[in-house]
Amino acid sequence: MSARASAATGSSAAQVSGLVREFSGRRVLDGLDLTVDAGEFVALLGRSGSGKSTLLRVLAGLDVPDAGSVSVPSSVAVAFQEPRLLPWRSVRDNVALGLRTDTDVDRVLGEVGLAERADAWPLTLSGGEAQRASLARALVREPGLLLLDEPFGALDALTRIAMHDLVLDLWERHRPGILLVTHDVDEAIVLADRVLVLDEGRIVADHAPGPRPRTDVAALRATVLSELGVVDGAA
Amino acid sequence: MSTTLPGAPARAVETAPPRRQEPGRAWQRWISPVAILVIWQLASSTGLLAEDELASPIRVVQAAWDVTLSGELPEGLLVSLVRVVVGFALGAVLGVVLGVWSGLSRWGGLIIDPPVQMLRTLPHLALVPLFILWFGVQETPKILLVALGVLFPIYLNVHAGVRGVDPKLLEMAQVSGFDRREVLRHVVIPGALPSALTGLRLSLGIAWLSLVVAETVSADSGLGYLIMDAREFLRTDVIVVGLVVYALLGLGTDALVRRIEKRALRWRS
Repeated sequence: MSARASAATGSSAAQVSGLVREFSGRRVLDGLDLTVDAGEFVALLGRSGSGKSTLLRVLAGLDVPDAGSVSVPSSVAVAFQEPRLLPWRSVRDNVALGLRTDTDVDRVLGEVGLAERADAWPLTLSGGEAQRASLARALVREPGLLLLDEPFGALDALTRIAMHDLVLDLWERHRPGILLVTHDVDEAIVLADRVLVLDEGRIVADHAPGPRPRTDVAALRATVLSELGVVDGAA
Repeated sequence: MSTTLPGAPARAVETAPPRRQEPGRAWQRWISPVAILVIWQLASSTGLLAEDELASPIRVVQAAWDVTLSGELPEGLLVSLVRVVVGFALGAVLGVVLGVWSGLSRWGGLIIDPPVQMLRTLPHLALVPLFILWFGVQETPKILLVALGVLFPIYLNVHAGVRGVDPKLLEMAQVSGFDRREVLRHVVIPGALPSALTGLRLSLGIAWLSLVVAETVSADSGLGYLIMDAREFLRTDVIVVGLVVYALLGLGTDALVRRIEKRALRWRS
């Protein structure tokens, strides 16, 4: 029995219980339970192969669970690891295409700092700019749940820090529930309300890093790294 | 797929950008072609090259003027152009429709692709005898031969283009709420376009080649007829005029496709 209900369920941005997903006999997700409250910023850490991408794909509606129940709001948006912009459409069109509401596209482009590049071809953007365009495309849909699939993984360190600030800023302004999938422990601790660790298809740890801004992340970092199987915190 | 097919104008495909020429020195590239023309003219004038084997350049220019004034060349050109345009349109429309269908739908691919892949190994020009048996010697076999020649490169490249559309972009379209029409219009068609344009360029070369063969085998009008008729009277000057016109037509269509490509793929710059 499986279902992916598309109704905003009370005060939660995502409600997952008993989620199972198998690929040729291998259980990638094994009875996973997860709740993301409305407006909550949740980071999901996991080693490669832990099933974090599969979970995200199920939440995005790109994959169908074998068992369990999934309920998400009617508007779910995704920012992928690669920006996935249509190279043959302008930045503005990339943000606006498929949009069914009359949200002001140029205002959102301004929020991510791309007002001046609205008419540019995507191939002329820098990596950071392309990722901001991808964020704008997700935000303009006014999602109840925003899924971020390692969106900063391919960026250089300085650009990544700038993107962290931008995402926090946008989140505080629009308040979607966010599920950020990442393998960067520091990123997860700095950004999220809750830091979850996924291992062997289940959530095995659930931390709340405390009030922002977070200056000292060392202690929690060591704990999470050990949960991820990295000895000594020397990542 | 390979871009050196017989019939496509021989030319290096998409190599490095042309070396920048120093301004004012472009004329240097004309030294050897002009020299060849001069030698050719000298050989004709001194009788080394017999008139009934190959007419001199000056005779060719004269003949071009004559057949233009007499109306033979414009008439023949028009007839040939109509054959190519109609045949090309027929083959291209069918190629695009079949290519998109077989590229998009599983069943379309299963039904259409195998027979087309088998038939494409057959040199379509070898069908001339059958076409003459089936359709006689009028316009139909010529147009159909052009259409058939055009069909395969267009189909193959459109099919490959549609199949090659980045699945990550299709996923993006899905989560961004694109409907079927928007997916086709904004993702599939633009994604398949570079490949389809390669097919277009190949198919135009083949269209002219098919026309030359069809007109040379049997024709009572058109450029090919002009050439075959000139052969009867050993008019090598008129034959060369016909060849030059074929070459110019090939060059012209190639330039046209380049302009279309430049415009359609301007996002790549």
